[in-house]
Amino acid sequence: MAKITFDGIEVEVEDGTTILQAARKIGGSVVPPAMCYYTPLKGSGGKCRVCLVKVTQGSAKDSRPMPKLVASCITPVQDGMVVENTTNEDVLNARKGIVEMLLINHPLDCPICDQAGECDLQDLSYEHGVSATRYEEERRKFNKIDLGPYIQLHMTRCILCYRCVYTADQITPNRVHGVLGRGDAAEIGTYIENVIDNDFSGNVIDVCPVGALTDKTWRFKNRVWFTKPMDAHRDCPTCSGKVTLWTRGEEVLRVTARKDQYNEVEEFICNTCRFDKKETKDWTIEGPRHIERNSVISANHYELPVLNVPIVPNLPSSTKKKLPQQ
Amino acid sequence: MGIKILTEHINVPGIETLEVYRKHGGYRSVEKALKTMSPDEVVEEVKTSGLRGRGGAGFPTGMKWSFLAKPEGIPRYLVCNADESEPGTFKDRYFMEKTPHSLIEGMITSSYALGANTSYIYIRGELMFVLRILEKAIAEAYAAGLLGKNILGSGYDLDLHVAPGGGAYICGEETALLESLEGKRGNPRNKPPFPAVKGLFASPTVVNNVESIASVPWIVNNGGAEYAKIGIGRSTGTKLFSCSGNINKPGVYEIELGVPVEEFIYSDEYCGGIWKGKQLKAVVPGGSSVPILPANLITKTAAGEDRLMSYESLSDGGFVSGSMLGSGAFIVFDEDQCIVRNTWNYARFYHHESCGQCSPCREGTGWMEKVLHRIEHGHGHQQDIDLLVSVAKQIEGNTICPLGDAAAWPVASAIRHFREEFEWHIKHPKEAILPGAVYRGQLATIEA
Repeated sequence: MAKITFDGIEVEVEDGTTILQAARKIGGSVVPPAMCYYTPLKGSGGKCRVCLVKVTQGSAKDSRPMPKLVASCITPVQDGMVVENTTNEDVLNARKGIVEMLLINHPLDCPICDQAGECDLQDLSYEHGVSATRYEEERRKFNKIDLGPYIQLHMTRCILCYRCVYTADQITPNRVHGVLGRGDAAEIGTYIENVIDNDFSGNVIDVCPVGALTDKTWRFKNRVWFTKPMDAHRDCPTCSGKVTLWTRGEEVLRVTARKDQYNEVEEFICNTCRFDKKETKDWTIEGPRHIERNSVISANHYELPVLNVPIVPNLPSSTKKKLPQQ
Repeated sequence: MGIKILTEHINVPGIETLEVYRKHGGYRSVEKALKTMSPDEVVEEVKTSGLRGRGGAGFPTGMKWSFLAKPEGIPRYLVCNADESEPGTFKDRYFMEKTPHSLIEGMITSSYALGANTSYIYIRGELMFVLRILEKAIAEAYAAGLLGKNILGSGYDLDLHVAPGGGAYICGEETALLESLEGKRGNPRNKPPFPAVKGLFASPTVVNNVESIASVPWIVNNGGAEYAKIGIGRSTGTKLFSCSGNINKPGVYEIELGVPVEEFIYSDEYCGGIWKGKQLKAVVPGGSSVPILPANLITKTAAGEDRLMSYESLSDGGFVSGSMLGSGAFIVFDEDQCIVRNTWNYARFYHHESCGQCSPCREGTGWMEKVLHRIEHGHGHQQDIDLLVSVAKQIEGNTICPLGDAAAWPVASAIRHFREEFEWHIKHPKEAILPGAVYRGQLATIEA
């Protein structure tokens, strides 16, 4: 076991745990955001750099600070490590800089984007972004790539988190899409007009933190905050059959996997559950789904609003500090 | 002329053949190391020599070797990084082209020291002709029993392979190089784990520059202590410098570390002064990624001491008034060179070469390039200069690999030292876009 101090809060975790997971054990507002890291996917993380934190003491044995900010999602804890996240101005400034980088080529088409309301990038920019842009160059454009009947790719919205690549590698029998090109010309695509077609391909939609991969059977049907999330299950021969239905009245508009407070799926689901079972009679409904993270949906009124109450009661006041808005 | 360790026989006709190379004392270190020394003794000698990595970072080679994990039953690898693609650097290419056997000798001795039975030379894909020279030399070495099973009857086996890259600068970063060598997309890995623990094919691996490896035979032959006597302070030994730009004698020079920079630029023995007797404007002393220094700061440090060609002296003053030795690409600019244009050119390179894996570098390099392009082509605004400084700061230190830093430093340093020139470009766009237009300290002196 290793004991670390994160933003002044002590927490004890297993050896080999990452700093991010240790922070999630504390919970609340001290948890660094993560755009590319995804707990169920092995090898993910380290790419988006929004989870950077400052390690002011490497370990109990070696009290030197780490020279650079480190990505908390991939850096394992050491016993006696002291980490600063929201208490460190440098970290907040760096994060603000990275959010700006993520947004300069993002089309900001939230009003017509199906992900709006449950988009990690949207939440992140509310918290750490600025209201104006300094970028006056032309934004990046891509040729359209058709991924098949179920999945719509909007490459302009992609932040290259590689989550969908890892999903296809680890969940589906064979991966036909990947990252082509390099630098800011890098894009998600399939090699020579391939169609993503297998029983679990729909999961790439769930793992996508932005609106780059969306569900074609749900596109433009409704805004996510007008729908009611319901936990439901069915006997499925291919997957666990435990899903969240997004309903409006009697209609099932969309089926997704159940996601936790960090927007990470609990169990991946198959395409039959996701795309074909769009009627309430297909499902046994368990009750309303508790949405914790996405501010817009959790503010919905069918359930009590979820306040951002930290699990540790006596947070130091400095952790609540926010950067002044520009 | 000082002592020559790497290039002593470089101009001997036929030195690329095994026969001539052996006649000039080649492969002595292999015999000495394999027959009379234990691997640890070789590592000790390299440690004593104080040899520092010649690829850019300047990390002590012996130290790097001693970090190599040695678990039972797992192979270890030595990989030679010959993916030399930094703008301005051409020393390794020249060296491998002329004396391929020097590198092979170094590879055998170093692999023996590290206990590696398979080693790789990862060569830049554009250098296909050098690859063929190396392949030929390796075939000769195999035929002479210097590679393969039971080398020179010592019981030590070594297989040496040459692998070409696919034309990406990022594959010169050691973990991207290993990914590429494994046949994957050349994206740098997250560290830790470091290659010394988990490198090529998840085995402990050492990645060294061509020049570092080629220095090992001399150290084995003459002893590490002898090598440590050459050079100055902690910058021991000799170093190859690829000199380019507006100088009378561009080319590759091997010098003992510690030669004054002023002497290096103006002496007929080395660069031979500025072309056409013009004035020195600036120098990039270690390849395009290190900070640029104006003429007054390259010859003297901020404290007024003579700047020397050594790791310590070139980085004296940190990033405020110093630079880095880097990979030894000495790029000289005369008074007619436009710093803005040059900075844009560098930014364009890093924009093109960013792997696109992590967001600050992927987005930031493109942003800097576009802003610099605008300034250079007469569409800049006054706030663009501060914007560039701020973007460079947002990239620096926040990326997975050092390419982000390498992209940020030249821009940040050019603005630090040549801010007036950037301002002139923005205030006088019409003059600045004329061909050959250069800021000379006063308003608009234009020579077409």
